[in-house]
Formats: sequence, structure tokens, C-alpha cells
Amino acid sequence: MARSINHNANTGALPDFRNFGILLRIVLVVNGVALLAALLQVRIIGQWPTQFTENAALVEPLLILSLLVLAAAGGVLRRLPYAAAIVAVLAIELALTAALHTLGRNWFLVDAHALPRWLLIVALTTGMLLVYFDLRGRALSPALAEARLQALQARIRPHFLFNSINAVLSLVRQSPRRAEAALEDLAGLFRALMADNRELTPIAREVELCRQYLDLEQLRLGERLQVEWHIENMAPDALVPPLSLQPLLENAVYHGVEPSEKPGVVSINIYTARDRLHAVLRNPYRATGDHHAGNKMALANIRERLQLHFDVAAELSTRVGDGTYEVRIAMPYVKARKT
Amino acid sequence: MSAPLRVLIVDDEAPARSRMRDLLADVSVELPVTIAGEAANGREALGLAQSGEIDVVLLDVRMPGMDGIEVAQHLQKMQRPPAVIFATAYDAYAIRAFDLHAVDYLLKPIRAARLQEALARAAHSVTPVAALQDLQQAPRACLSAAERGKVHLIPVEEVLYLRAELKYVTVRTAAREYLIEESLTRLEQEFQDVFVRVHRNCLVARAAIRGFEREGGESGEGPWQVVLADLEERIPVSRRQQHLVRELAR
Repeated sequence: MARSINHNANTGALPDFRNFGILLRIVLVVNGVALLAALLQVRIIGQWPTQFTENAALVEPLLILSLLVLAAAGGVLRRLPYAAAIVAVLAIELALTAALHTLGRNWFLVDAHALPRWLLIVALTTGMLLVYFDLRGRALSPALAEARLQALQARIRPHFLFNSINAVLSLVRQSPRRAEAALEDLAGLFRALMADNRELTPIAREVELCRQYLDLEQLRLGERLQVEWHIENMAPDALVPPLSLQPLLENAVYHGVEPSEKPGVVSINIYTARDRLHAVLRNPYRATGDHHAGNKMALANIRERLQLHFDVAAELSTRVGDGTYEVRIAMPYVKARKT
Repeated sequence: MSAPLRVLIVDDEAPARSRMRDLLADVSVELPVTIAGEAANGREALGLAQSGEIDVVLLDVRMPGMDGIEVAQHLQKMQRPPAVIFATAYDAYAIRAFDLHAVDYLLKPIRAARLQEALARAAHSVTPVAALQDLQQAPRACLSAAERGKVHLIPVEEVLYLRAELKYVTVRTAAREYLIEESLTRLEQEFQDVFVRVHRNCLVARAAIRGFEREGGESGEGPWQVVLADLEERIPVSRRQQHLVRELAR
């Protein structure tokens, strides 16, 4: 359903009226208003259920109709500038109210003179909801998420950084050329980590980053780290959130390879199938896992960013079995635009 | 001038060992040192430490199999344990603990000057054993017993039971028995996933339990006993732990 990239990135955008969560929130708020009205209307507090039912009988038809219309018009509305979209939504709501009022007057026994009052209530409730969704959109906007992301990136394992520098230092005297290559990898990695990571990036670039990272780890761990790449069926132009794979590999090495004396295989399988991009990462798993906090944090962060970019169309799942730990990511195959 | 300091390098990463060699070469200009050996893991390190005369062990903290803290604890069982200098790239927990217990450590990447300082101090320093026990985060991979000046490593997975007797704990493996000077309560805490207390003075390995039987045969009403793999001996289950028979019997 939500195939398109969710661009609630820019502040001030209408919510997605086809999203279940949004619908649920609207229904709850509108009924909340009906309840509030009931509490204000009754003289004796005990009578509120009756009053609420009465209010609901009036509100519900309008609510259902509104949701249907908004869901249908959602695509068009979201393409309008925000100000115009707000006016459009308000106009739709008021028109629906007026229409229902005129047509349904006989069924619902509504007072003929009540129309202005209803229009006002509907306008206020709609306005309130729009403000709420706007605030919520801002709260979830990448600006905030990115701040959190940067906090995470600042936390790229110091363990990795210092061990890598130590490894490079060991090369400086014996094999300066390899030291050069390693420093270049390190620089590339940090450039990527410090880049503006809001935009999606082609998966080929993410793979390149992963290779640089794994080369550095290889330097330290030697043959204890075995890497298997399966990317023959990967569309290199597929767009992914930046740093959606590298942190997972870091986890794989830290938890799966480093704690073991025996060589461990990290396998990376990326393929495109039926308009979706899949990535499957596997590493050896030991039951006696300690410090998993870092792992959870990286996973939560990637999941959050996938959601931000692809909404419910992307998924990330993990599985433990058979001595291996597996992370699976699936997201829509969005092609990079040729520039 | 005194004899050169004999140093053992222990690190699981080859480049880190190579870097340490370079640094020791730099240091040796002012402080005479010789590299007495290199080990890529804890077991090798213990073997080398015992086969030759070693003054100082440069010990990486984070190593697979047996971490540096554990290696240091086993080393302390030697008759003349070498001084230990820990090296770590980054481990917030270990660094805090080292500072707390005033244990000397080096941060990777290591500077030659800092290494020289540490080596000079190490010649007359004592590693506090209690501090090492505190530093041990994860359960050890091995227990160690000192016999006639030699340290035996006993892999925890080979242990069938641990029984407290007076001031020692008997460690039973399928092959033989060892005596170690540790407290049963502490061992129980450290290895709670591995052993279960069946008696006030006895912990048995969960994985080794083959079943339970009554003392005095099938029909008997005697107290329960644990049957362990590869062992004739039966371990009595104390009255208070009878509930284990139901929980553990599969």
C-alpha cells in the first residue's frame, strides 16, 4: 500500500489518511471530543452515557464519511502545498457536514438551526487534529531522528577505532603500502560516518563501505574473519538508507567472530526480487552472549530509519538458530535517479 | 646493570603483537628488555610462562576463549608469578576497574614512553589477586589448580562436580581430582548456569547429570542421589534440595 517513500521529512505535511495508525488516532480524538461534549451537556453526571450515545449517533456518520473521502483524496491532497492542503481538508469537512446536515435532517432529528454550530465544531475539531498531526510529524521528523543517529555514529565502537589504529601502526614500519591502504579505508569509513546521512544512497556505495570496513577488520583478525559475499542478483542502483548494513557487520564481527578462537564466517547476501530489495546477514552465534546493548541499539536505529524512509513497506527481522545469528532486511526496490 | 627484563607478549591479534615487538625494541635502548615469547591466546601464554623464566607479561584484556583477566588469575597460582601489565584498546568497564584497584594498564595504541614507565614499575609490583576476581566479568573458561609448583588448567566443561572440604574445593573431572583454594559460594555465583547445588557442600554440572536414583536400590525409600556421566560415584541430594530431582529429571 504505502509503496512510495514517505516524505513526511519536510515539516508541515498532511498525514497519510490511508495509514491505519492515523485513522485510529482520528477516530479516537473525534470520539473524545464527543465524550467531552457529552460531559459538558448533561446536568447530572450519571447521564453521560446516554448523552454520549446521542452525540455519537450524530458524529459517527460524518466521521466515517470523512475518513472515506480523505482516504480517497489523500493522494491528491498530499501533493498540494501544505497551506492549500489544510484549506482543502477544512473545505471537505465543512461541505460534508453541510451535506449530511441537509440530507439527514429528517433521519437524525437535528435542529435545522444547528448548522452553524456544527460547522464551527467540525472546523475546530479538524483544526485541532491537523495541528496534532503536524506536531507529531515534526516530532518524528528526520531532524530529530538524525540527531539521535549522529549520537549513535559518534559511538562507533571506540574498540574498533583504537584497535584499527593500533593495527595500522604495526604496519607502518614493515609494510608502508598496506598501512597506506588501511588508512585510506579508515578515512573512507569515517567520511561516510560523518556525512549528511539523511538522503538515501545506492546500495553499491553501502557495499563499498562494508568492504572498506571488513578490510580493516581483516587486517586485525586475519583468517579468523572469513567473509562471503553473494551479491550477483543485487541491483546496484537500489536506494537504501545510508549505514544500514555497515553497523550490522560491525555487530557481526564484534559478537560473532572476535569472541571465538576458531575462524568465523560472516555472510552477506543481497538480492533484488519482485520489486523488493533483500539483505540477509549471517554470523556465528554463541549462546553465552554478553554485552548485547550495542547490538540492540544499532538494530533499533536501523529499524527506525527504515521506517522513516519506507514506512511499513520495509522490515527488519532477526533470527537465532543453528549456531548462527541472522538479520534480514527487506524494503521496496527504489531506483536511484540518473544524474 | 641488571639482567634484561624478560617479557612475554600475549595478544590474539598478530598486528598488535608485531606493534608490541617494535615498541619493545624502541624501549630497549634505555631499558634492557628481551622478548621471551609471544602467545596468541591464554592457554599458550600460561604454557610459555611456566616453561621459561618470565618477569613481565604484557596481556591483552579482550581475547577469545580465555580473556586477559582470567589468564592473570591463573598466572597468580604460579610459585613465582610474573608481573602483569594489561593492555586494552577500549573497554570502559575494565578501565574503570583497573583505576579502582590501581592495576597498571596500557591503552592501545600504546606509546613507547608509557610502556617503558610501566615496565620499570612492573619489576617491583604485585598484582592484587582480589582485584582480579572483582575484574572478572564473565565466568572463567577454566579453573586452575597448583600442584608442585605447576599450574593445571581444568576446562570448566570437563568438571563433573565441585565439593567443598575443609579449606579446599575438590574439582572432579572424568579423569581425576584436583584441589583448588576457592570458596564454593563464589564458584556457585560465577558459574550459576553451569552448576547446580545439590547439597550444602556440592555443586554438580547440569550437563553431566544422567539421572537420579534412591540410595539402596530401586525399591528403596532412601534419599535421592545424582548419577553423573562417566562416574561410578553417586552424589547425595540433600533433604532441602529434593525438589531438584523433579525439576532436573528429564
